[in-house]
Amino acid sequence: MTEKTTKSLLYLDGVSVSFDGFKALNSLSFIVEPGELRAIIGPNGAGKTTMMDIITGKTRPDAGAVFFKGDIDLTKKDEAEIAQLGIGRKFQKPTVFESHTVWDNLELALNRSRGVFATLFYRLTGEDKARIEEILTTVRLTARRDDLAANLSHGQKQWLEIGMLLAQEPELLLVDEPVAGMTDAETAETAVLLKEIARTRSVVVVEHDMGFIRDLGVKVTCLAEGSVLAEGSIDFVSNDPKVIENYLGR
Amino acid sequence: MITSFLIKSLDRTIVVTVAILLVLAALVPALNLLTAPDHPLHVPTYLVSLFGKYLTYALLALALDLVWGFCGILSLGHAAFFALGGYAMGMYLMRQIGARGSYGNPLLPDFMVFLNWKELPWFWYGFDMFWFAALMVVLVPGLIAFVFGWFAFRSRVNGVYLSIITQAMTYALLLAFFRNDMGFGGNNGLTDFKDILGFNIQADGTRAALFAASALALAVSLVITSGIVRSKFGKVLVALRDAESRTRFLGYRVEHMKLFAFTVSAMMAGVAGALYVPQVGIINPGEFEPGNSIEVVIWTAVGGRGTLIGPIVGAILVNGGKSIFTAAFPEFWLFALGGLFVLVTLFLPKGVVGTAQHYLARRRAYRETSRPENATGLADAEPLAAE
Ligand SMILES: Nc1ncnc2c1ncn2[C@@H]1O[C@H](COP(=O)(O)OP(=O)(O)OP(=O)(O)O)[C@@H](O)[C@H]1O
Ligand SMILES: [Mg+2]
Repeated sequence: MTEKTTKSLLYLDGVSVSFDGFKALNSLSFIVEPGELRAIIGPNGAGKTTMMDIITGKTRPDAGAVFFKGDIDLTKKDEAEIAQLGIGRKFQKPTVFESHTVWDNLELALNRSRGVFATLFYRLTGEDKARIEEILTTVRLTARRDDLAANLSHGQKQWLEIGMLLAQEPELLLVDEPVAGMTDAETAETAVLLKEIARTRSVVVVEHDMGFIRDLGVKVTCLAEGSVLAEGSIDFVSNDPKVIENYLGR
Repeated sequence: MITSFLIKSLDRTIVVTVAILLVLAALVPALNLLTAPDHPLHVPTYLVSLFGKYLTYALLALALDLVWGFCGILSLGHAAFFALGGYAMGMYLMRQIGARGSYGNPLLPDFMVFLNWKELPWFWYGFDMFWFAALMVVLVPGLIAFVFGWFAFRSRVNGVYLSIITQAMTYALLLAFFRNDMGFGGNNGLTDFKDILGFNIQADGTRAALFAASALALAVSLVITSGIVRSKFGKVLVALRDAESRTRFLGYRVEHMKLFAFTVSAMMAGVAGALYVPQVGIINPGEFEPGNSIEVVIWTAVGGRGTLIGPIVGAILVNGGKSIFTAAFPEFWLFALGGLFVLVTLFLPKGVVGTAQHYLARRRAYRETSRPENATGLADAEPLAAE
């Protein structure tokens, strides 16, 4: 077990958390290797978002261990520290800074010193500018760089948020339901985008859209009632009788 | 696109406002001192002091706008920082009285002699020196804001709860300063000032200079606040105002950001209070009255929160209105003020200046887009627009 913790990027063991007596996570164990793209499925209320809350420091587990890069104990750190360690997160409900322009959203997300004085006297360097422009191209928002994020379409907001994650340059990216509310074309493009992103970092993506998961073509974990129900290829998982009963069959 | 226009116009507005303030700082004293009282352009001294007072209120509102408009902290205790700065200045002015008080004690202010105190309390040391008092004018409010903010922001107290504890803070200070044994003159506060920096505080020249100092302080603070809100730090403030937890997940220490803005804002409020006291000639615990802080919120809302210029305009408009209104119907002022607040909240949520800026930006954006050469200017940006 100790050997495992040192090799994997993210390591959750026996994590439990309950809200007012309701067990949202029930002894959940889960491992992500460096460079892996992993898909997570599971019925509503399975605890997928709660798992991300635990990893990013928003919620503290009642029991269990959460380690990043082998020996960094995430349960002892707060959101800002965890973000600075290199864990980025995209929320289920897209949250971009609506009263800022697309450009400013990316500038804020850029992985630079985030202290009071560093930001007070920050000047946009040529390098940072080039990086933001590159991200704008990647997430296909170049034309809208000076528009307020509030004026973007739903799908564009999702992409902007993915762009913000790229700007953060995280080693591990947690993406919660990125294609919810997207058109089919947007969904297909997002799958391409995520695979591209996963070439240089680990990505964990939660999604209900089975077509999208199939497009990704990666190892799938199915959660239900706060623990892992099945894990493996999409065909393996979707043929598992427990998965069919708890999730797909419903 | 709209924002880039807004930012440009904001830039210009700040420059114009600063220029106006500088002109006023020179012109008003000149018209007061260099023209005969019967000259049509003469500005009487009482008006100089009245508007000098409005300028200190404007500075207080500007300070509030930094935390409320840009950072989402609705402080209902900002007048406390103003009063603390005022007390620091008042203590300097008390010690300038020297042996000229009714009791003729060269060291102790009259109220201490009256209380039978034999020596000056330690916290009055140093206030005979202007530089020391000036330092305390910013340090004391800054320190209190820092300590208060340290606990409040670290424990993630937000929204209404935060507003309530700021209100509790000013109320606690009110009660403390009412006590005679605190050593700040109790109920009566500090008054009967004689001179400031060796100049007679009643003299026309001193009053004109205080007006000019208030205008300058406002201009400098406006430039500083504008610099703050237009920096990346300012963008982080707006970000955490709108989506605090998202900002945390980007790796920003939200509590440090808030603490810095809150402390700077309290220091500016302290300067405002210090300029206010010599112009009105008194500081007493009434300045800590919770209602005072709420009035500041109303000025800021009327002018337009989050616009920097708005609070300045709002403070001057509302207080000008108050001076006129209270002369005619003194009992109804609070009703008028409350009504004004309700009307602004319902019909002008961006305030006077915010609404004006909005329409100007829309008109300009419309004109720009309807010009044909602009369309080609944008074309190079996006060959990929097909979705
Ligand atoms: N902060 C909280 N307080 C109380 N209950 C919570 C909290 N967060 C999550 N829960 C509960 O925990 C359970 C798991 O929720 P979670 O959001 O993790 O599910 P999910 O798998 O993300 O579902 P969905 O697919 O609908 O997004 C739900 O029943 C939810 O109501
Ligand atoms: Mg969820």
